[in-house]
Amino acid sequence: MFDAAIKIFSNSYTWAHYWEGLVTTVQLTLLSLLVGGLLAVPLAIMRTSKNKLINWPVWVFTYVFRGTPLLIQLYMIYYGVTLIEGIQESFWWEIFKHALYPTLIAFSLNTAAYTTEIFRGAIEATPRGEIEAAKAYGMGWGLRMRRIILPSAFRRAIPAYSNEVIFMMHATSIASLVTIIDLLGAARDIYAKYYAPFEAFIFVGLIYLCLTFGILAIFKRIEKKMLAHLAPR
Amino acid sequence: MFDFQGYGPSIFGGGILTLELALLSLLLAFTLGLLGALGKMSPSPVLRGISSFYTTLIRGVPDLVWMMLLFFGGQILVNTFFDFLYDVSDGEIDIFVPFNEFTAGVLTIGFIFGAYMAETFRGAIMAVDQGQIEAGKAYGMKPMQVFKRILFPQMMRHAIPGIANNWQVLLKTTALVSVIGLTDMVRLATEAAKSTGDPFKFFIPVAIVYLGISAISDVIFKRLTTVYSVGVEKG
Repeated sequence: MFDAAIKIFSNSYTWAHYWEGLVTTVQLTLLSLLVGGLLAVPLAIMRTSKNKLINWPVWVFTYVFRGTPLLIQLYMIYYGVTLIEGIQESFWWEIFKHALYPTLIAFSLNTAAYTTEIFRGAIEATPRGEIEAAKAYGMGWGLRMRRIILPSAFRRAIPAYSNEVIFMMHATSIASLVTIIDLLGAARDIYAKYYAPFEAFIFVGLIYLCLTFGILAIFKRIEKKMLAHLAPR
Repeated sequence: MFDFQGYGPSIFGGGILTLELALLSLLLAFTLGLLGALGKMSPSPVLRGISSFYTTLIRGVPDLVWMMLLFFGGQILVNTFFDFLYDVSDGEIDIFVPFNEFTAGVLTIGFIFGAYMAETFRGAIMAVDQGQIEAGKAYGMKPMQVFKRILFPQMMRHAIPGIANNWQVLLKTTALVSVIGLTDMVRLATEAAKSTGDPFKFFIPVAIVYLGISAISDVIFKRLTTVYSVGVEKG
């Protein structure tokens, strides 16, 4: 019964391939979260604006990206870039002919949409008194944002953001559908090579499970440190 | 603008399949979620262990991995099971059950969202006043009656926002079945996009359909909230 598993996992190619997949998955997750997070901060501030002209476009962006499947967003960007007039002759093609960049763009925009809404909720939950105190000190809008509102909003956003990080890590498995060898892509190769669905996919499932627990552990530590003032005494 | 080059009707059919798949999965997820929540809160450590194992394992692994495991491994599993039956019955039971992608899709999505629903229902059950359940027992109701008459109608009010949330995510997850060979909207749009070389023409309408379904669901869930909040005084 375990013969197949022994055969698969005694081959160093298997381990090397899964390792390559793991590195890609971690890179995809971190890069999309970085770009998405950087986009989300200004977008969240715009989203809390009372000016409809600033608020409305961001609402449309988050509504569309949160309301449609990530798979469609990925396909649109992946298949869509090839249509841009003359791109195949320009130097951009060197970058975009690999699936990695369209994928990163899709993932970043998607996580930016979710993160924007998380940050917006956190910003709107700022206690009134803190803002009034800042105003009483004569702080302007920018200073208030930088010193008072954003630091406390980021802390409040940590629990919800940890969920988004796990969702994004899981969502990167979609990259395997556009020829990227991430963890799931590696598992599909191993499956195809040995025709062993259980060994290939259960093993990769366990790696994802470990990554999930790893993220949870990291966020538990961050929360302990950053949200210490909220801990029950 | 809306010239689908003959792909229109088939993509529409794909939309129906997406809806069927989503609704059936929701039904399964709802049932599994209730069972999971009751299991998590049961006095038996075995039941609690099983339910926690189920929710943790499912939520820790990406949907697509579950889908591929079941899709590529499902037929082997089914065959092994019926081979086993064939052997133990000395050839009396000789059945071949072809593994069907639609069933695989419903089972996977239902099982995944059952785990999320279990968390939603657990919170909702905890929000119901314990005295209500004790009162039901004091009236001599059986556990099933307490659940049906007292717990369920009251917990639904707290569960609906979570259910609505899970439903929106579930709807989008159905797009993944396109990769295991089911001809849903996304699959058909991908095929059309590849053969015509015009991805936006097909993906944008499909995206709009998803947005439309979720907008309609919002309205339905708002109604349901009103229904289950009857008799609750707003503070």
